[in-house]
Amino acid sequence: MGKVWKFGDDVNTDVIYPGYALKVTNPDEMAKYAFAEVYPEFSKEVKEGDIIVAGKNFGCGSSREQAALCLKYVGISCVIAKSFARIFYRNAINIGLPVIELKETDEINEGDELEVDLNEGILRNVTQGKEYKIKPYPEIIRRIIDAGGLINYLKEGKNV
Amino acid sequence: MGTLAENILAEASGKSVSPGEIVYAGVDTAMSHENAALVIRWFREIGRERVWDNEKIVIIFDHRVPAESIKTAEGQKKIRNFVKEQGIKHFYDINTGICHQVLAEKGFSRPGIVLVGTDSHTTTAGAFGAFATGIGATEMAGVWATGRIWFKVPETIKINVEGELSKGVYAKDVILHIIGHLRADGANYMAVEFDGDTIKNMSIASRMVLSNLSMEMGAKVAFVYPDEKTKKWLEERKAKPYRFILPDKEARYVDEYNFDASEITPKVACPHTVDNVKSIEEVEGTEINQAFIGSCTNGRLEDLREAAKILKGRKVKEGVRLIIGPASWEVYRDAMREGLLDIFIEAGGVIINPGCGPCLGAHQGILASGEVAISTTNRNFQGRMGSPESFVYLASPAAVAASAIEGKIADPRKYLR
Repeated sequence: MGKVWKFGDDVNTDVIYPGYALKVTNPDEMAKYAFAEVYPEFSKEVKEGDIIVAGKNFGCGSSREQAALCLKYVGISCVIAKSFARIFYRNAINIGLPVIELKETDEINEGDELEVDLNEGILRNVTQGKEYKIKPYPEIIRRIIDAGGLINYLKEGKNV
Repeated sequence: MGTLAENILAEASGKSVSPGEIVYAGVDTAMSHENAALVIRWFREIGRERVWDNEKIVIIFDHRVPAESIKTAEGQKKIRNFVKEQGIKHFYDINTGICHQVLAEKGFSRPGIVLVGTDSHTTTAGAFGAFATGIGATEMAGVWATGRIWFKVPETIKINVEGELSKGVYAKDVILHIIGHLRADGANYMAVEFDGDTIKNMSIASRMVLSNLSMEMGAKVAFVYPDEKTKKWLEERKAKPYRFILPDKEARYVDEYNFDASEITPKVACPHTVDNVKSIEEVEGTEINQAFIGSCTNGRLEDLREAAKILKGRKVKEGVRLIIGPASWEVYRDAMREGLLDIFIEAGGVIINPGCGPCLGAHQGILASGEVAISTTNRNFQGRMGSPESFVYLASPAAVAASAIEGKIADPRKYLR
């Protein structure tokens, strides 16, 4: 279960993770840079398990994986958006941060409590008492998610 | 019966393919810059001893060169050691240039290949007919380990541009005009094919602008069909074997767009999104603090020549900072020999070494709060070039040069009559 942080359309990677911090490698330090310049309060207030809900084209811009990593390291459990920019989408899957495409994100409000069940493919809005079906992932993505990311998947001796 | 993307992926996966299908492809070239430090970390974690092929990995330092901080210096040191350890053949240190330009100059951007890079603007190599796309560090670690990657076969849109460009209008204006129409996610997950006389008549450098900026409408890959010009470039660069793969006549496109080049005027992408495109007349007179000419988008010789035409014998407005960053040391040298650098210095400009620094607000010209820049780069996101309270306008090198002279956004056409 996680509390919702609501964002709009076209949230870009420079806003999620500033360019000057790309040299940072320590996960705790990386977490502090999540939305650091534009929403400085975000990394301080976000709680383990919280969920980002956004409009279309989330994560557009740079290929910087830090944009997905910082969200994972700061405690975000899942990102739900109407659509994702393609590199961000792949990065999130590869580092083990679940990403869900959902058309109805406008119905979800800031602060709502959500429950995500990837096995059942169900998203529950506990606050509003609504349920949504999550579109199943293609098999390769499912396998990478199940392994907890691409590194674990390859560690298990599997190949793409 | 495929589009260009489908035909290359069919070759690379050894089977016929259709849009939406997931395929597994072998990688021909795997490019990284300083973020190779992160790739190395993940590669170590996978636990393979050797990379899959030390002749297919290319590493080019460009984002923060020479190192601007201890953290960067440590990262670069780690990469240099890894290059030695693994015998990585194609390593370009701080003295070569911006990765997408270097890939082209050194003959890595070739028709018909699968090229992945840990940089979103890897789409630039599509100007040579390569299936070239950006990936993240973890995914690259997987490529280093296995030489393979999965792709969802993209749907393709075709963009036809016909007609002659007016004076003062360039590839940059064409692609900004297109992005303004298609918007920031107009080509998300999709392949783009550029066609039409205007494109055929463009130089290789101008075609690279189109493929480069197509990323800003979400494109996975953005092709210009390889032709005689491409062939000439490849031969001059002694590029390794390549194959001209083209789309089939019966290829199916999800959408087709037609643009008349003669109707396109100088464009500016206004803060804070690349699809916030206006005609220059609408923002003319906006005061600026900094003007930047350079980057993987517009730091090539033809760009510097256009800027020099306007700056020759003129001075940058007092109080305005003009920064010029050639895209590579090859470009730098050519510009020097042609006397372009003299023109820039005479005008009051500052020439920096080739690299990405100012474009992503890493170093070499960061903006303070309240400051306004006009730039030939590819992104104007909030905080991209420095303070989150600064403002970035994107335009052609000619428009940036004209603006530097006037200290406010200016139409380059009046300097080109």
